[in-house]
Amino acid sequence: MDIRPIDAKPTAEERAAVDEALGLPTSAWDGGARGSDRDAHTALGGASVRGRRHELVPALQALQSHVGWISEGGLGYVCDRLNVPPADAWGVATFYALLATTPRPKRMLHVCSDIACRLRGSHDIERALEAACGPAITGAPSGDSVTLDDAASAWMHSPCLGLCDHAPAALLTVAGDMPRETSLGSVTPEQAVRLVILRSAQDDSGGAQDDSAGDANIPQRGDPSLVLLRRVGVVDPTSLAAYRAAGGFTALARAIDMGPDAIIAAVVASKLMGRGGAAFPTGRKWDAVRREQATPRYLVCNADESEPGTFKDRVLMTHDPFAIVEAMCIAAYATGCSFGFVYIRAEYPLAFERMRNAVQQVRDAGLFGNGFDIELRRGAGAYICGEETALFESLEGKRGEPRSKPPFPSQSGLFGKPTVVNNVETLANVIPIILDGGAAFARTGTAESTGTRLFCLSGDVALSGIYEVPFGTSLRALLERAGARQLQAVLLGGAAGTFIRHDEIDIPLSLEGAHAANATLGSGVVMAFGPEVDMRDIVRRIAEFFRDESCGQCVPCRVGTVRQEEALHRLAHNRAIGDVDTELALLDDVGVAMRDASICGLGQTAYAAVESAINRLRLYEVDA
Amino acid sequence: MDPRRTSSAQWADVWLGLRIGSDIALSNAMAREIIHAGLAHDAFIANSTSGFDAYRASVEDWTLERAAIITGIPADVIRETAHAFATADRAMICWTLGITEHHNAVDNVLALINLCLLTGHVGQWGSGCNPLRGQNNVQGGGDMGAIPNKLAGFQDIETDHVARERFERAWNTRIQPKYGKNLTQMLHAMAAGEMTSLFVIGENPAQSDADAGHVEMALRSLDHLVVQEIFLTKTAELAHVVLPSTASWCEGEGTVVNSERRVQRCRKAMDPPDGARDELWILSELARRMGHDWPTPTAEEVWNEVRLVAPDMFGGMSYERLEQLDGIQWPCPDESHPGTPYLHARLWETPVVGMRAPFTVVVNEPPSEQRTPDFPFLLTTGRRLESYNTGVQSGGYDSPLHYGETLDISPEDAERLGITEGDVVRVSSRRGSLMVNAHIDPALRENLVFMTLHFPDDVQTNVLTIDVSDPKSGTAEFKACAVRVELATTVFQVEHA
Repeated sequence: MDIRPIDAKPTAEERAAVDEALGLPTSAWDGGARGSDRDAHTALGGASVRGRRHELVPALQALQSHVGWISEGGLGYVCDRLNVPPADAWGVATFYALLATTPRPKRMLHVCSDIACRLRGSHDIERALEAACGPAITGAPSGDSVTLDDAASAWMHSPCLGLCDHAPAALLTVAGDMPRETSLGSVTPEQAVRLVILRSAQDDSGGAQDDSAGDANIPQRGDPSLVLLRRVGVVDPTSLAAYRAAGGFTALARAIDMGPDAIIAAVVASKLMGRGGAAFPTGRKWDAVRREQATPRYLVCNADESEPGTFKDRVLMTHDPFAIVEAMCIAAYATGCSFGFVYIRAEYPLAFERMRNAVQQVRDAGLFGNGFDIELRRGAGAYICGEETALFESLEGKRGEPRSKPPFPSQSGLFGKPTVVNNVETLANVIPIILDGGAAFARTGTAESTGTRLFCLSGDVALSGIYEVPFGTSLRALLERAGARQLQAVLLGGAAGTFIRHDEIDIPLSLEGAHAANATLGSGVVMAFGPEVDMRDIVRRIAEFFRDESCGQCVPCRVGTVRQEEALHRLAHNRAIGDVDTELALLDDVGVAMRDASICGLGQTAYAAVESAINRLRLYEVDA
Repeated sequence: MDPRRTSSAQWADVWLGLRIGSDIALSNAMAREIIHAGLAHDAFIANSTSGFDAYRASVEDWTLERAAIITGIPADVIRETAHAFATADRAMICWTLGITEHHNAVDNVLALINLCLLTGHVGQWGSGCNPLRGQNNVQGGGDMGAIPNKLAGFQDIETDHVARERFERAWNTRIQPKYGKNLTQMLHAMAAGEMTSLFVIGENPAQSDADAGHVEMALRSLDHLVVQEIFLTKTAELAHVVLPSTASWCEGEGTVVNSERRVQRCRKAMDPPDGARDELWILSELARRMGHDWPTPTAEEVWNEVRLVAPDMFGGMSYERLEQLDGIQWPCPDESHPGTPYLHARLWETPVVGMRAPFTVVVNEPPSEQRTPDFPFLLTTGRRLESYNTGVQSGGYDSPLHYGETLDISPEDAERLGITEGDVVRVSSRRGSLMVNAHIDPALRENLVFMTLHFPDDVQTNVLTIDVSDPKSGTAEFKACAVRVELATTVFQVEHA
């Protein structure tokens, strides 16, 4: 054999975890026991087994969530089951931050160390944990295999958990037969320590505010002018009956009456732009897929919301999941997609559960027509998988490495088929477009930016949370509404966005307004920084984030994000090579190279916030 | 279809792990199933074939159940395979040495041809029988007449008088209308003292042929052995004279013919090392030393002579056209002919032109050696991905997949014999015995072991193999011999006792 199998054998626990994800083996040739006369003389499989490659990540996740890490024996068993070469599967397992290939305790506290949580004291949590529980576990291979008892626990740093409105935040994961994952907000250092050293499963929250019990932070709750947030916190998000009583699924009925052409015409007329960050016209996407001949076509809801400071999709999925499912039904009907995937980031356990429940209820109620169905998939801890082609790769069971475009997803997307990929908030807008008409939708907002937009306010504001305002509202008005006082800067659009000076906040929040101000709305992040904040620390964290999240596929990004972070560290420690201007010129060279030559948006925007910190905030001027 | 579940078999949608040497049972049972299911191509059979009634009668005994017992393959899998083959738009049967290295090699091939005729999967684009060649120019060797009964272009040396006279005119000499000996026959003739001199070009029979002890004895008995080679092989070491030649694929000009009958140009890319001589020069110089005034032609001049003496096959293939068309598939009789992507298209003309394609009645015959209590395993030999035949060309290079010769054995047999990975085992057949490391391979089933001939300097696998060959083709039965496997430590204890 040219593929050397892994010699290590799976444990019974590992075997059970994988079998739960993949079903039982059918023969000795896909992981079952040897010995049958039939297996000695025949094997079916080949293309049909390789066709299950997309189940690789769910199988690895099953090992992770049941066993706490992926051992060689466990990996080998997954390879046997799916006919994947071990080296290939290893490449996938090591790609994702939430998959561990070295022994890791079953009980893990993932402490958010990203920018919004830094503003609310995450450093204090980390110091307390270090003192009480030892240093954070890292993803680096340890070399020695460690024997861990079931009660062992540890903690690790995490990039933005999307709980910025509940900062400082953490995610507790407990592997086992009944894996548990809990998002925790407003965590104190004492609570964090209790969470790690706690041995009983009785009180996983450790007294911290648990998002699954708490409300979404919707300061405008009940405001009749709300469109996307109308039902949030008002209608029971776990009940299809409650959703229907509040008018749910009338848009789908209307859409079926209209027919695909009229739906697409309405979406085109609405001028709806994608809300994930790239702001591509949704109607054009749908129309392009509708015109493709190839089948099947896929609908993908991109719910891998990972841009630091962004949490709007979490709120929509947690508190209005049926609306997303209904919008997906409409999108699939309009574009001829026969199957839908929702790719939800792993750090959103409650949103995943609410969406799972919603899909199940809609399926049971027979509301999926024409054989359409939706499958939910969880991310495995990779910011890059929010990039649509990286997301496809991940869904296909591979490393989340972006593809070169063209071909675009509308021609060749998931599994090489025409694919509609839309962000959660984008899909939520489809319902008002169908109910009110595209033209009516377009009357809200500005000429170029129609409708309302969800903004994620966090940082130094009195009332952090999700705000829904018409496009064109001024940044100042939004900040005042959230109770921001004295500020030195605002981060607009997330880590891939731009810093705005305190004297620039009169810019209108529209695509064209942001563009004119040489900024971006990105995924709707508005993070406020008061006068006390060490902005250089924030910028350094952003650089660290991109270095960590670069997939490493293309050179400009892989090398550039490292060089960028190094230069910022030197500047922070007054150890500039040459003088500060030389260092800044180097940063600019590296940044421009990343922007011009990277394959995907990650590398192309990895310098944006740093650049604005240099040019707008003048953070590194010698006399600053 | 392979007794082992090889990596190709892992890639396959269906693997049929037949018992060694039960190929005809499988083919005949598939044929019977196709006939009984009404899936035979009746119109094609009526128009273009002969001998169908006798063939149908001969396969009638081969029920799925009987074939399942003989081949080991479950009856439902044979049935599904038969139906899939018969109902496919296009279907091709490709094979290599698993079919031909048996004592009934030709019958095995005929059984496959029967299936293609039965279903009409022949003479059309994407259909047919395709013996895959293991080297870039196996096809070319036969095409150029390096076989005992044919002149270049597969023109029969005994029966095709027109062709023979064409050669005689071109070469201005008389050619004996007489078949030569194939390799197996030559070895027997050497052993019997009937053949006393041998000229070997680019072959290593001392290590590549079955029953290696017998081969070496035969070679040593020669009065004069000349080996023309690019490496000092085991055979060359036995030679009286070694003629170092150039590596023809990169140090000289010429043509090769690949598996799809495509004649391709070979170009000189580098100068040969000092002392190595061009093959054409060596042959011409030999002629001159024997008193014939031969010039040393260029490769293109030799090729043009081939075109002249085998015009139906190669007449239209000038060097210029070979270059323009990226090689041409024979037959290509004249310079306006585009070449022939697939053969036997004539069979689809109504009424058929020329000879009808004959069905051949073939009988299943198991391998010459069967398992016995003394020799309870069947050894089958083959190749590994990273190595090449006797290793002359591949053994000297590092590969992460090179781990030397092993006896591959099933996990079940290994456990029963107390063998763990890497243990030294003694493998013995009726002809010889050797020591080798064991490799436990789940691709094998019980009572079946596997070795290669890639590392003959370390492990001479062919001391085990049997010297029976197919009388029709001369190929030896490398694919099956009965052996005994013991943990080497146990053997020593027995020997010392």
